[in-house]
Amino acid sequence: MADVLASGLLNGLVYALIAMGLALIWGIMDVINFAHGEFLMIGMYTAFWLYTLFGLDPVSTFPVAMIVLAFIGFGTYHLIIRHIMTGPPIVQILATFGLSLLLRQLAFLFFSPNYRSLPHTLVHGSLRVAGVQFGLPQAVTAAAALVAAAALFYAIYRTRWGLALLTVAEDRETASLMGVDPGRVNAQVWMVGSAAVGLAGALMTMFFYVFPGVGFNFSLLAFVAVSLGGFGSMLGAFIGGVIIGLVQSLAGFYLDPALQNAVVFGMFLLVLWLRPQGLFGRW
Amino acid sequence: MVSARARNLALLGALVALLIAFPFVVRGAYPKQVAILVLLYGALGSAWNVVGGYVGRISLGHAAFFGIGAYVTMWLMTAQHITPWIGMAVGSLGAAGLALLIGWPTLRLKGHYFAMATIALGEVLRIVFNDWAFVGGASGLEAPIHVSWATLTFRSQTPYYFIALAFAVLTAGLVAFYVEGKAGYYWQAIRGDESAAASLGVDTARYKMNGLVLSAGVTGLWGGFFAVHVGFVNPDSVFDILISVQMVLVAVLGGIGSLVGPWLGALILLPLGELTRVALGGSGRGVDLLLYALVIVLITVLQPGGILALWRRHGTPRGS
Repeated sequence: MADVLASGLLNGLVYALIAMGLALIWGIMDVINFAHGEFLMIGMYTAFWLYTLFGLDPVSTFPVAMIVLAFIGFGTYHLIIRHIMTGPPIVQILATFGLSLLLRQLAFLFFSPNYRSLPHTLVHGSLRVAGVQFGLPQAVTAAAALVAAAALFYAIYRTRWGLALLTVAEDRETASLMGVDPGRVNAQVWMVGSAAVGLAGALMTMFFYVFPGVGFNFSLLAFVAVSLGGFGSMLGAFIGGVIIGLVQSLAGFYLDPALQNAVVFGMFLLVLWLRPQGLFGRW
Repeated sequence: MVSARARNLALLGALVALLIAFPFVVRGAYPKQVAILVLLYGALGSAWNVVGGYVGRISLGHAAFFGIGAYVTMWLMTAQHITPWIGMAVGSLGAAGLALLIGWPTLRLKGHYFAMATIALGEVLRIVFNDWAFVGGASGLEAPIHVSWATLTFRSQTPYYFIALAFAVLTAGLVAFYVEGKAGYYWQAIRGDESAAASLGVDTARYKMNGLVLSAGVTGLWGGFFAVHVGFVNPDSVFDILISVQMVLVAVLGGIGSLVGPWLGALILLPLGELTRVALGGSGRGVDLLLYALVIVLITVLQPGGILALWRRHGTPRGS
């Protein structure tokens, strides 16, 4: 039982980091990135290829994945999002949804549909602490997620840069009157939110399969985490991620591992119904 | 001068005559197969369009209704030996029932939230059907091969084509009837401004629900048709999110919120996808999807109104 909760918590922390990247973009710009999971997939492939081609371990290459994703976030903002931001919701939904399909099919074409994993990474094996067994790669990833989450909180709520973001989120017009350039802030938000998911993806290759469709489920889980936490709340997204990890492992333990995500999505529908503003939502 | 209405009816009659003549003029099974797909997705796009284009709620989980229709039809046929003619009707009702059940909590949601809720619904059904031995689990259900009109199993594509054509006429008529009627105006009022519509006395909850139930019922009927046409149903073939995406795509490509748009979108998109697949052979697996994805991104960024908007802008002036 303790093992089940521990693995749920570790997975949950990773979901939390992925969800925070999504929540940042969603909360500040009111644009939801349906390709968020595919960004994760790109982070995973970056780490995978650096390992396969150059023998570099994910523990050392995650900054590369973060930089790659930051560029992809920047490009996505400038090529797509900038043009559709003010459009009706359907256009926003479809544009990023189309992007997700595009990235998945490109990966399918170039990297083949095979499931791949890294044979042996620097961090491997499992650890037993106080009678609780858990995987070391999962623990390292979860710890990194925790550090990244703390850094994000600090940057958003304790620095001038974060203040500029929050100002844009509050009121775009007023922000630009106060000398904040919303376009610049938007691009930065996309870069930071995407880099967060790049970090998660790179480290996850230590214990998770890489394949072109890997992002889809994580996208959905991140949406659930953000909706659970409430629109515009970074803390909510974080806690939402942890809750999902725990619910998954409990559902796997008591019901059937195959039904894990059905339980999570069922819970999501229930939350949307009973408390659409989420647990910590601003609205 | 003939009235616009008379001219439209004449055009429609000519179109139907052309569609009836099609299988007699064109030889070979493959073009008919593609034509069936065009009718199928044109109809699915039209059904989706009721909710997505007129009520203004973006569903990305319509595969749920499609899959229920397909599974009900196939299960009744394989386990109960009930003809798919009845099975498709029951499947359609089942999908409508699911819409009633799910519409109640989700139709209050808007924008991103509704889209995500519908994705989640589709995924829950896919996972549950994958794990449910009663309906064959991951391997699904397979129809017995017994050629007859009662089991809707034929060696040739031609009967399927005519069934699809009849259903397509039914779908287009049903959707046009509601959209051109009172419900259509209420839906568009809801899409424009829901609280304003409510303050003017529109029972918004009821009309949103009507729209979703109509859309789901039609989608379920086509799910049943798809199941008998393919002769096989499993969770990945009917609950796949790509089916939902393709419904949205044909509607968006042609122009959402118009009666003709989805049919036009299907007429362009499906042959395009098939051609890429044929041209690239086995190595082209997934390239048709890549193409679809490119189309979605380009059309949303460059021309969100779809092809019809393009045509309206460059074509004849309004009012014609």
